[in-house]
Amino acid sequence: MSGDGNAADQGPAHRTVEIGMAIAMGLFAILVIYGAWIAGVGWGFEGPKAGFFPFIIGVILLGATAINLRNGLQTSDTKVFAEWSQLKQVWAVTWPIAVFIALVPYIGIYVASVLLIAFFMMWISSYGPVRFAIIAISVPLITFLVFERWFLVALPKGPLEAMLGY
Amino acid sequence: MAEFANLFHGFATVLAFQDVNIFGTTMYLPFNVFIMVVGIVLGVIIGVLPGLGGANGVAILLPLTFSMQPTSAVILLSCIYWGALFGGAITSILFNIPGEPWSVATTFDGYPMAQQGKAGEALTAAFTSSFIGAFFAVIMITLLAPMVAAFALRFGAAEKFAVYFLAFASFVGLSKEPPFKTLAAMLIGFALATFGTDHMTGSLRLTFGSNLLLPGFDFLIAVIGLFGIGEILLTMEEGLKFKGKDAKINLRVVLQTWAKLPQYWWTYLRSCIIGCWMGITPAGATPASFMSYGIAKRVSKNGKNFGNGEIEGVIAPETAAHAAGKSALLPMLALGVPGSPTAAVLLGGLLIWNLQPGPMLFVENKEFVWGLIASMYLGNVVGLIIVLTCVPLLAAILRIPFGIIAPIILMFCAVGAYTVRNSFFDVIMMLAFGILGYLLKKTNYPLAPLVLAMVLGDRAEEAFRQALVGSGGNLGVFFSNALVSSIMALGFIALFWSVISAGISRVRGTNTATAG
Repeated sequence: MSGDGNAADQGPAHRTVEIGMAIAMGLFAILVIYGAWIAGVGWGFEGPKAGFFPFIIGVILLGATAINLRNGLQTSDTKVFAEWSQLKQVWAVTWPIAVFIALVPYIGIYVASVLLIAFFMMWISSYGPVRFAIIAISVPLITFLVFERWFLVALPKGPLEAMLGY
Repeated sequence: MAEFANLFHGFATVLAFQDVNIFGTTMYLPFNVFIMVVGIVLGVIIGVLPGLGGANGVAILLPLTFSMQPTSAVILLSCIYWGALFGGAITSILFNIPGEPWSVATTFDGYPMAQQGKAGEALTAAFTSSFIGAFFAVIMITLLAPMVAAFALRFGAAEKFAVYFLAFASFVGLSKEPPFKTLAAMLIGFALATFGTDHMTGSLRLTFGSNLLLPGFDFLIAVIGLFGIGEILLTMEEGLKFKGKDAKINLRVVLQTWAKLPQYWWTYLRSCIIGCWMGITPAGATPASFMSYGIAKRVSKNGKNFGNGEIEGVIAPETAAHAAGKSALLPMLALGVPGSPTAAVLLGGLLIWNLQPGPMLFVENKEFVWGLIASMYLGNVVGLIIVLTCVPLLAAILRIPFGIIAPIILMFCAVGAYTVRNSFFDVIMMLAFGILGYLLKKTNYPLAPLVLAMVLGDRAEEAFRQALVGSGGNLGVFFSNALVSSIMALGFIALFWSVISAGISRVRGTNTATAG
């Protein structure tokens, strides 16, 4: 049953994503116009008010997205945006990043990085545990030295660093 | 020639010895040269790795330079940029994977050459071409930038806005993406720049009562997200596997290749001019490399063989890409309008170091400007030596599995995003921009205008509003004198260029039709 007609089985249609993007941008444009309207779009005491420029930008953006939307609707392109298996790959990196970011305020960026690197190495590469540990621990450790010691840039730290006196 | 005196002063700044504290020991060494080497090595690595490019590499490292002297800081960051330009060619030729968008055209003939066992020759040609393109651009900057800056000193608010208008209009008109998509991407950038405090009146706008939106969106976060995270998501989707050719570069190959290159002098000159032109107008290195390759293919007597490993097909795009990459700094320094996303990030750096890019920079911060220009000459030479000697080492980096490289790059992106303003919200925004970047790229929205609009949004708005305040709200101010009118007119020509050129070719078409 494979063939040209079955593009929908392989992944979302490019056209759908294209239309979705245009609609999302249109909504963003409306948000900007609304926000600019609240801030005042007219001519104030000292010249144009704060919302003057964003209002113009929002209106042109709305116009441009309308044309992009029309082009998206008119296209007869049946190509696939990406195959489901490819999107799965993308998702497989997106959620670990999200978890990594969510963990940073609690355990600090260094420990979270150790976990992130360890996770990826376990998942993608087939390294033995020793090499594994060396890379997962040494990279954040070097980063720690570079940032906290040499450049004196403070990054988010968690209980482990506090225990060690940082 | 005041420029040459200034330039020599610049060389003195770069080569000056100073006491430097490294790892607790004080050493007496030419710190800026040391910084230059570090920057180029870092840059080449950044250029070689997928997911890290010039723009976001510089963006991630920018916060580390806050405490440095501006001259050293800009040397470090600009050398990363030069390094990244060099590095892109290595992956293109050896792995058929462009490390940077501007080296896509290099894969067309570079990889076939590597397959034929001529990798060393292709790499030497690529690096030498990069060097020549960059050198041409730097000479042009040395000669032209002071003149442009002196001329721009006469600009008022209306002229300033007209220059911004010209820059952005050329994006829409010259982009290879659909014009309304370019326009939409650019306007999103402008809109994002307006969130938070209005710098002219001090009042708040578009915050919708949220404290998180008070400081607005920082363009560095957008760069790290769009170019860094977005690129990694794309790489994951493509399921990249690195299978590279071996590179053997030795002195004999280098000398043999060099002996061949002079016969292509016309290709070099043409590519340099295309590159400089595309770099000054904000089209950037990527279109420059494609255009140069396309023209070389059309006019070369070996044109038919392009795509099968023709050395000219490596020379043309590499020369143009580097010429464009370097000359993008001319409008940034002289007018405050960056010609590429990476130049935009550097401009953001200048603002952070309290230097106002634009014509006044040449008057008030001579040492900084000429130090930077001198470092471009020296950095170019240092870069050529480093890449010619380190290719096997750099190719080895690419053999590290992506499963290890990806999380490390992600970590650096997060660190970079956090350090911009010590804000955790920014790290979350980085991921949001990353997903946005992935979607935009997949649907053919160009990212460069978005970033440039975010960087220049405030300044363009300020010029626009100041001009209107001066004229009492009359839009005629943008056509009030010959100078501003001609810049605006150029802007409109650039904006509608695709329509105009289509019209011209149609008229020509009918002419030939009637003639025939």
